[in-house]
Amino acid sequence: MVEKVHVRTTLNGEPTEFLVYPYQSLLETLREVIGLTGTKEGCNDGNCGACTVQVDDRIVDSCLVLGVEVEGKKVTTVEGLATPAGLHPLQQAFLEEASLQCGICTPGFLVASKALLDREPKADEHRIRHWLAGNLCRCTGYDKIIRAVQKVGATSKPARATAAQATAKRRPAGARK
Amino acid sequence: MHPFNYVAAKSVDEVTKVLAKHGDRARCLAGGTDLLVQLRAGVYELDAVVDIKTLPAANVLTLNGSLRMGSAVPCHRIYEDKAIAKAFPGIVDGASIVGGIQIQSRAGMGGNLCNSSPSADTVPGLIVHNAECVIAGPKGKRSVAAADFVTGVRRNVLKNGEFLLEVKLPKPDKGFGAAYERFTPRNEMDIAIAGVASSITLGANGKVKDAKIALAAVAPTPVQAKKAEEFLIGKEPTAANIAKASELAREAAKPISDMRGTVEQRKHLVGVLTRRTLTKALERAKEAK
Amino acid sequence: MVATRKPATGRPVNGKHNYKVIGTRPIRHDGLDKVTGRAIYGADIKLPGLAHGAVLRSPHAHAIIKKVDTSRAEKLAGVYAVITGADMPKADNREVDLGEGAANLKWASNNVMADDKVNYRGQPVAAVAAVDQNTALQALGLIKVDYEVLPAVRDVREAMAKGAPVILSGLVGDDLGKKVKNTNMARHFRHEFGNLDEGFKKSKLVVEHEYELATVHQGYIEPHNATAQWTADNRVTVWTSTQGAFAARRQIAGILRLDDSRVKVIPLEIGGGFGGKIPVYGEPVAAVLSRKCARPVKLLMDRKAVFESTGPTPGGTVKVKIGVDAKGKMLAADADIRFESGGYPGSPVGAGAMCVFAAYNIPNTRIDGYDIVTNKPKSAAYRAPGSTHVAFATEGVVDEIAEKLGMDKIDFRMMNSAKEGTRRADGPIFPKIGHEECLAAAKNSPHWKSKLVKNGPNGKKRGRGIASGYWFNIGLKSVVTISVNTDGTAALVEGSTDIGGSRASIAMQAAEVLGIPAEDVRPVVVDTESIGYTDVTGGSRTCYATGYAAYNAAQSVVSILKERAAKLWDIKSNDVDFKDGVFFNKSDAELKLTFKQLAKKLDETGGPVSATGSVDLSAAGGGYGIHIADVEVDPETGKTDVLRYTAIQDVGRAIHPSYVEGQIQGGAVQGIGWALNEEYFMDQQGRMSNSSFLDYRMPTTLDLPMIETIVLEVPNPIHPFGVRGVGETPIAPPVATIANALYDAVGVRFRQAPMKPGRVMEALAGKK
Repeated sequence: MVEKVHVRTTLNGEPTEFLVYPYQSLLETLREVIGLTGTKEGCNDGNCGACTVQVDDRIVDSCLVLGVEVEGKKVTTVEGLATPAGLHPLQQAFLEEASLQCGICTPGFLVASKALLDREPKADEHRIRHWLAGNLCRCTGYDKIIRAVQKVGATSKPARATAAQATAKRRPAGARK
Repeated sequence: MHPFNYVAAKSVDEVTKVLAKHGDRARCLAGGTDLLVQLRAGVYELDAVVDIKTLPAANVLTLNGSLRMGSAVPCHRIYEDKAIAKAFPGIVDGASIVGGIQIQSRAGMGGNLCNSSPSADTVPGLIVHNAECVIAGPKGKRSVAAADFVTGVRRNVLKNGEFLLEVKLPKPDKGFGAAYERFTPRNEMDIAIAGVASSITLGANGKVKDAKIALAAVAPTPVQAKKAEEFLIGKEPTAANIAKASELAREAAKPISDMRGTVEQRKHLVGVLTRRTLTKALERAKEAK
Repeated sequence: MVATRKPATGRPVNGKHNYKVIGTRPIRHDGLDKVTGRAIYGADIKLPGLAHGAVLRSPHAHAIIKKVDTSRAEKLAGVYAVITGADMPKADNREVDLGEGAANLKWASNNVMADDKVNYRGQPVAAVAAVDQNTALQALGLIKVDYEVLPAVRDVREAMAKGAPVILSGLVGDDLGKKVKNTNMARHFRHEFGNLDEGFKKSKLVVEHEYELATVHQGYIEPHNATAQWTADNRVTVWTSTQGAFAARRQIAGILRLDDSRVKVIPLEIGGGFGGKIPVYGEPVAAVLSRKCARPVKLLMDRKAVFESTGPTPGGTVKVKIGVDAKGKMLAADADIRFESGGYPGSPVGAGAMCVFAAYNIPNTRIDGYDIVTNKPKSAAYRAPGSTHVAFATEGVVDEIAEKLGMDKIDFRMMNSAKEGTRRADGPIFPKIGHEECLAAAKNSPHWKSKLVKNGPNGKKRGRGIASGYWFNIGLKSVVTISVNTDGTAALVEGSTDIGGSRASIAMQAAEVLGIPAEDVRPVVVDTESIGYTDVTGGSRTCYATGYAAYNAAQSVVSILKERAAKLWDIKSNDVDFKDGVFFNKSDAELKLTFKQLAKKLDETGGPVSATGSVDLSAAGGGYGIHIADVEVDPETGKTDVLRYTAIQDVGRAIHPSYVEGQIQGGAVQGIGWALNEEYFMDQQGRMSNSSFLDYRMPTTLDLPMIETIVLEVPNPIHPFGVRGVGETPIAPPVATIANALYDAVGVRFRQAPMKPGRVMEALAGKK
């Protein structure tokens, strides 16, 4: 008999508890159990990156993680990127650079790109392409996605950007170029 | 998916007990990047999954001349460690190309070994580095060479109740160099059509003191190109000798034709990749002298 | 209605323009929701009492269903309903028009749920609704199906071979008007003009080759999804990701044997389609499950099923023969185009025939097209359906002729280019088109003018290729309603689902007419009960036709507002003019009101203002593109890398240039994937072996350079702003472009796609 497991985690900065079957993926947990549908399913086998979320300091395909595995960990999804002060600079850049067409891959690209720039704000085009190779986009040909990440990287502080710095830099939602 | 229970392992005993109790209806979960896909596809029907990421002994990563690598250590921890990258280039080449960044956050060499796929990218590197697999079981620990660990497609030496605890790599000799390369149509996020790891140890006289060549995706298990290795040992590491060894390695490949590539293509690629990895291994060996 | 020349707000259609909104790059209206995860896509819908469904699919490519036993599945705890083909309403054997192609309803019904036979692996044979997804999946495992497996027909050659198994016993083929039975050939048609034999006889050089392309998939990242609720009043509500809510409604109603108005389709955000989300798959199945269990039912397709069961674009063969005189003038051209339709008739071979010689002015032509049934999933539209195939052939032959004549690749194309007045080989006479302008821009482009070093590092070989491509674009029906808010903004209601920024480009056209910023027009995509009939988002018609409807609605709003201003000023509405967002009295320049000022006065001048624009456009105005690629080939492994890529396209008018560029870049990259790696790899039994994103190998970020775009504006004379379609043309040239670049690099002409490493390696080995 398989019963649901009680899991305590920190989701987008807030303590969160939920009950899941041990066989439910983190993706299913986020979408069906918790109700955060911003994280998308594209393949359910780790080959498209649409379900990318951050667990502690690493990005993962949430379809390849069990919900029970995030006990005691910090999970960040696309819903956790913006703050009450405004959008994350990458969200703003994706809007300004027209980096999305259908938008289904966008949450995964944003979470993955943020993780890269948090580590390596000055990542060059090749490094950005290398880092994002696990995220498929079928609409844009990637050009405008890469440019948006480059743009945010170019305007970031050379040192590793802290969360506080990133928040301070954010422009209000809807701000224009 | 068949419903299973989840155990976050706290001790080696706990793991072996759960595995022994459920037999082939339990498996260890390390990165899970193969296991969860296989469970969804119905490859395995399990009653229990034992997470060894919570097991401290499976998470060791210590470099002290030799390298101890717990079976749950993910790829990124290996290639992000500059000292390991320098001392064990043959495994770092493989660890850096398993899946994409998301996969590398989870997948590791322990899982790659235990998944026992012919196309595993990290296993040939372990073989040419003379890695030993430390297996824990109900009767204690035993050791098996990485070269002997995989016995068939999705088959390995693990017996009921046993699991891979860690992989040990001996300190490379002076003058040792290794490299792994695979061929894939895409630059990332792909499965090897063929892969080759090579290592060369240069003697004081500049000749090849030892050589190892291991092939991926060209047989049911990773295979060593022994004739090619034997040919090189004692010879000058010239381009002509490397070319000859590459021809011999090609003959060691016993591939099949499938959607990823044909027999001819795979054999040809083994020749090309052996030459390229031997050449790179030689460069690294010279740097390490 | 046929579109007429109607310049916007008094500005010239041709030449330079001074639009205020058009040509700018505002942030798209739906952008914020899509970067924050708030946007609700098809799979995100939640309803009270929702049941989760799953579909059992045929493991065989071709088989008779002898028996389906669902009794064990029905007994599983948590299962609400199980259905098979026997539960589907018997659909009529008639065709319905879907805007971009037609569908036979019986075949459409069998395609979503087989009754007595499966024609491809992955075809649905049963479905379950249950308390959750995992229970539904487990129930599938308890359904027993007895099949009598038949030999599979895997491609057009096998299908046309003597003694080939006949897939559809009821199919009556049409062979140039003659009825044929016991065949896999659904249709053979011909377009003939001039005197072909004479043309070839006069030719000094004739080149003829056959090209072959593998089946490929659209590869949208969002799998198909459908949620349906069949209520006791015999009404069906469907929430889905679709390219056309009305096209979906018509198919669903047809399959369910209901009047259209009994089905309400609520289109949710859509995660890519490229033509593949015009057909319905799970929608009618979810509806029938819902009727049986009296709950809403949600069906999510998995990736494997997307590959194995939904519309790929056909594989097939294209034979092209072109003759030229000594100076290089094309005298005659002959084409034989054979496309697989998959398990039921209806490949885009007709469109391929329209495109095959559309870039050139050729006096004597003949085009034969064949629609051939095979044991593969029923093909669907994919971005300029058919045009990529024929460009691969025509542009390969053209490249070879130019080389043999010793002529410059662009000069040769220019000399033979189609232009205004040229007759397209299947009949229509071109209005003003931009192929010559594209060629001139290509010749003048930094890429073409740059020098390519032919030897790369480590023995790699480099080459440059160029090719033309064409898509005719379509018009059809759209409705837009605009309502003026008293704060001086406007609400725009449309029926075109927004697949990549069309809310913005349609709102911008309305904003241009109304003289207000793009942000002040708030576009909303609504369901089939909230707007008039609107055709699919496809065929590159949305910005063109729905934009035209928005233009008409906005013009009507302006007319009404003129009356309101006239009322305020106590003059005749004819005496009110409107320019740059300002209403003014023609005879008293002092009397003027901005749109915003006038909007505030609606309540005192007669109440709300709202107007509907409706179009049914028979023509559209074709779009041309020229692509240039530099490739680098590793002769040892056969691997090709794209080093540099430029796409030049005449778009008529770029409403939102960023999304125009994005469409061109995206189309080019899909074409690059098609050229180099993508294919349905079929085993001997007709089963797709590589039905995952891992093995289907779409390009990743790391496989591509930036895609340079050169956007030309040769205004379309039949659109008020000069818009042509944009989205489809860019997928036409890439396969040919890469093939021509490969030839330049390694001296082998590849006539089989994909030009995957193994194939390139073998060709180079054979050359030695």
